[in-house]
Amino acid sequence: MRIINSLEIEEQVKKMCIDGCINLDESVINSFKENRDKEESEVAKNILGVLIDNAKIAKENQIPLCQDTGMAVFFVKMGQDIHIEGDTITDAINKGVSRAYVDGYLRKSVVSPIQRINTKDNTPAIIHYEMVKGNKLEIEYAAKGFGSENMSQMKMLKPSDGIEGIKEFILKVVKEAGPNPCPPIIVGVGIGGTVDKCAQISKKSLFREIGEHNENQFIKDLEIEMLEKVNEIGIGPQGLGGKTTALAVNIETFPTHIAGLPVVVNINCHSSRHKKVIL
Amino acid sequence: MINLRLPLSEEEVRKLKAGDIVSISGTLYTARDAAHKKMCQAIVDKKELPFDLDGKAIYYVGPSPTKPNSVIGSAGPTTSYRMDDLTIPLLKRGLRIMIGKGKRGQKVIDAMKEYGSAYLVAIGGAGAYISNSIKKCQIIAYDELGAEAVRKLEVENMILTVCIDSNGNNLYDISCK
Repeated sequence: MRIINSLEIEEQVKKMCIDGCINLDESVINSFKENRDKEESEVAKNILGVLIDNAKIAKENQIPLCQDTGMAVFFVKMGQDIHIEGDTITDAINKGVSRAYVDGYLRKSVVSPIQRINTKDNTPAIIHYEMVKGNKLEIEYAAKGFGSENMSQMKMLKPSDGIEGIKEFILKVVKEAGPNPCPPIIVGVGIGGTVDKCAQISKKSLFREIGEHNENQFIKDLEIEMLEKVNEIGIGPQGLGGKTTALAVNIETFPTHIAGLPVVVNINCHSSRHKKVIL
Repeated sequence: MINLRLPLSEEEVRKLKAGDIVSISGTLYTARDAAHKKMCQAIVDKKELPFDLDGKAIYYVGPSPTKPNSVIGSAGPTTSYRMDDLTIPLLKRGLRIMIGKGKRGQKVIDAMKEYGSAYLVAIGGAGAYISNSIKKCQIIAYDELGAEAVRKLEVENMILTVCIDSNGNNLYDISCK
């Protein structure tokens, strides 16, 4: 049994939230550069150039990449041989979020859903737990902005709709979103499970680095095919035309019921902010 | 590149065409979801608005908090369609320029044609980059709304693209064809 103090979790969460909102993942910056070189449209090239500059300015000035520093989403893998001392892990994560968003000058965007009263510290965070073997604690964080989150959709397809129905739905969601979610986007797709599981795995897929594919070859091929199809639509960076509508299409699957085929398309903006820490 | 200094007359705004790249300097006002709701309610209640809308520009932004010794935090555009239901009363009052990102509804576009306004887009997510063009920032109303409070901004050479002009031409439709 390994003992971890909750204060250590709180501190690590605080650091990863601030770091994540300011320093863009290298894989995203590299993807901007690669796509800028491939673009034929001057407008698209220029926008991708601004996004590269934006990442540089954010790092130099230590200010957030985007004013919407999102809702804090976590995926936690907790070894079953750990004992957490002090607060519960949920409280520790929320305290870390609170300290990061207050002390780190990040925007507090979380409100009660109907009365719209701000919680003033960006809590509560959305936390997904998974118990695993061993004595390690893995915490992944993402700042999920709602310009893109608002463009996400779910559909309960019929089993007979099959793979063609899935492809059609993904393209429909991207087309309807158009310029709104700050393209170039990352398209997260969950297929299978139940309503809740499907949404959860679509979100999980957004935590990948650009260029990282599903380990299953069939799904990987589907990701590559869908990225090509999405980029043929012509929405382009910021919706002003071009080849770079998306940087990646990430798909996660889960077994489902004989009567159903749930699909969730969860869209992320180009400011794909995520960090991982292992304690 | 077209240089514009705010405020603008209807005549000046009617000259702008979808696809024009403009550099804006002068005074802008920020207002997003909750501030729009309050302003529309003030118009219904015949109460004073935080600023006179005639000839003015509204930037849809909820900046991140300002660090010590800085003018403003990260300040990129928010998605504009959420303001659609609350835009027409402001256009009637002479609002000339709206700055945001993403699509607008047909009713708003029709009202822009009628009253003579243009919709300009900034690069979504480029909040750190855009904040460099903001030289002054002061909260002038609805302080209790936090990030959504109404701010008066002084900007220099803020680079924007005319997306929908006062004839209803829409760059999003033109570019994707």
